Amino acid sequence: MDLGQLLTVQLPTLLAVVIGVPAVLAGYIVVGELLVRRLPDGAQPGVRPWIWVGPALVFIAIFLVYPVFGTVYRSLLGRDGSSFVALSNYGRVLGDSAVVTAIRDNIYWLLLYTLFALLFGLLMAVLSDRVRYETPVKSLIFMPMAISFTALAVIWKFMYSYQPPGEPQTGTLNAVLNGILHVQPITWIQDERVNNFALIAAAVWGITGFAMVILSASLKGIPGELLEAARVDGAGQITIFRRVILPLLMPTITVVATTLVIFALKAFDIVYVTTAGNFHTDVLANRMYKELYLAGNFANSSALAVILLIAVIPVLIFNLRQFRAVEGRR
Amino acid sequence: MVGTRRLRAAAALLALSFIALTACAPGQGTTSSKTGGTVHVLAVWSGSEQDSFTAVLKPFEDRTGIKVEYESTRDLDATLTTRVQAGNPPEVTGAPGFGTLSKFVKQGKVVALDNIVDMNALKSQYADTWIKLGQVNSQGELGSGKLYQVFSWAAMKGLVWYNPKSFQAKGYQVPKTWNDFTTLVSKVKADGTTPLCVTLESGAASGWPASDWIKEIVLSQSGSKVYDNWWAGKQKWSSPEIKQAWQTFGQLLGPGGANVYGGPKYMVATNFGDVGTPMFASPPKCYMLNQGSFITDFFVKNNPNLKPVQDFTFFPLPTINDQYAGSTVVAGDSFSMMKDTPQARELIKYLTTAGAQSIWVKRGGKISPNKNVAASDYPDETAKGVAQALAAEKTADFDAGDLMPSDMRNAWWGKTLDFVQDQSKLDSILADLDKVQASTSTGG
Repeated sequence: MDLGQLLTVQLPTLLAVVIGVPAVLAGYIVVGELLVRRLPDGAQPGVRPWIWVGPALVFIAIFLVYPVFGTVYRSLLGRDGSSFVALSNYGRVLGDSAVVTAIRDNIYWLLLYTLFALLFGLLMAVLSDRVRYETPVKSLIFMPMAISFTALAVIWKFMYSYQPPGEPQTGTLNAVLNGILHVQPITWIQDERVNNFALIAAAVWGITGFAMVILSASLKGIPGELLEAARVDGAGQITIFRRVILPLLMPTITVVATTLVIFALKAFDIVYVTTAGNFHTDVLANRMYKELYLAGNFANSSALAVILLIAVIPVLIFNLRQFRAVEGRR
Repeated sequence: MVGTRRLRAAAALLALSFIALTACAPGQGTTSSKTGGTVHVLAVWSGSEQDSFTAVLKPFEDRTGIKVEYESTRDLDATLTTRVQAGNPPEVTGAPGFGTLSKFVKQGKVVALDNIVDMNALKSQYADTWIKLGQVNSQGELGSGKLYQVFSWAAMKGLVWYNPKSFQAKGYQVPKTWNDFTTLVSKVKADGTTPLCVTLESGAASGWPASDWIKEIVLSQSGSKVYDNWWAGKQKWSSPEIKQAWQTFGQLLGPGGANVYGGPKYMVATNFGDVGTPMFASPPKCYMLNQGSFITDFFVKNNPNLKPVQDFTFFPLPTINDQYAGSTVVAGDSFSMMKDTPQARELIKYLTTAGAQSIWVKRGGKISPNKNVAASDYPDETAKGVAQALAAEKTADFDAGDLMPSDMRNAWWGKTLDFVQDQSKLDSILADLDKVQASTSTGG
């Protein structure tokens, strides 16, 4: 790197960003506050929050709300964007067998990804709670969170690698199957009977740490006296788990579950890197990508985006209700 | 809350510091005696191919001081489309599939090269075909109009690679006719080994080697006219000629992929670059494979002990129908300019020179369409043979897949994966491809 460039271009840019951005924000708040002070005292508490939240609202309006409405509107137009075709894009998209496969696969992701990530997260949180080896175990399980989903997909592509039976296996799973258990190696990624589950398993490996950490924090929030009291009353460990711990964890489990459901619906990276959607592993997000960037078909891709949005809305509403209920209980 | 006077003071201080910051805002870096600056290049090469491309760029970077920022992706069409739509295209890009390029030309997103490269030099150094292939007119048609892509390297397809030592050991003869070829395939099978190696995995482009087989068969079985109508979307996938090509391919693969090493499972799971590995094993696990001339790069990278001519050489895939003899499928590595900058102009001009192209040619795996690249630059007799074969062919038909719209081509690639796993699905596969063809020709 050229030292002259460093001092005259990169460093000032860095300073401008690191100091300038907070400075602008602080300046905005300060000026806004000064203006609010000029209002009559009664009006101030009503106006002040809007000044503070203003910039964030503007950003959300521009980058979130406007594109949503724009996409919904675009999905009602024809391929070239000029004719109004109402719902015929949806009809065509939902009639496409490739999209039906993608929807089926998304349902697999929805159910299995959420279930297993939650299950394993809960299991690990409970089993490693308050034991001596808690920290190393938790660190190990959380480590996959540090890598990107693309890196995860590449790693698992190697794990699932296939060589014909009898040849030395290059994939870990097939090495165990063929070398140790003497069973035929499986093309985990290409075999339609197992590939969806193989991909979901890889994704669960990546996200279990997330579920575990949040559930563990919630677990530690359970007052020790409750567990003591239950033990004194003669309850066994399983009963304590079922009757005391689980009900108290329910709000957290719900929050984690809904987050996982949203991740499942967003699944793209793993599918794109390992199979590019071939072999019936396609998901809606990948189809949307193909329609948008390979076919340049804005009508279809907008329709798919709206379908995904509709699929997520119930989850969002449920999540919001849960959040309000938890807040209400405070 | 904070007192109003304190607030006023804070506001004043912030305003002052902000003015001060903008005053020392960074200007443009100083230039040295060379051109300097940066140029971004997007192309499909990674791994050993990327090393070769880097070697090509090095003299250019040393001479001009321009830094080349290279980005690689196998999903070039989609990546390029994203960048163009974001208003942030790379200045120079490996040319996308023709459908995408034509769309960008109509939208005015590609820079015409007529006034940038030396057209006279180009016309004297390249055969007419290679210049025509780079021209796109205002209707988006290939073959005339302004120049939008320049070809740096070419590859010949329809080459069947084999290990002469293995052939000699078993007494196999190089087939000269299609009948000889199919007979040889049966003979090797009868002798107890799978005759062919075919591998199809390639990320988002998985299936393209199978599409190569099919397009070569279409060309040599049904001729250029059918071939041209087919990629232009005027001939249906379910038409008898195209269906016959798929069936011929299926016959070569054998029932259930019996003629191919590892069967359909191995075919779809293994990367195209590893196609030669079973052929060079001892004892050999297969005897022939069909791949473009660039595959030699991969042979040697996977197995550094291999020597061209002794350990691997080729024969052209025999013509099926004698009246179409002399046609071959070619592909090329071409570049387009998406943003006109001085650095991009320098790079494009450099990439058309024989000097730049011969760097990769010497490393092996690429043929240059530039007449000024000396025959002695080719590293071995095999490469020289391919270059001569390319120059000798009467009709060089450009890769049909690259000429189709990208979603058509990608759908084709995906369907070949289904086909090799279950050949009985052919009719529904062709019907699905017809649907895609219909939607791409009516759409924007």
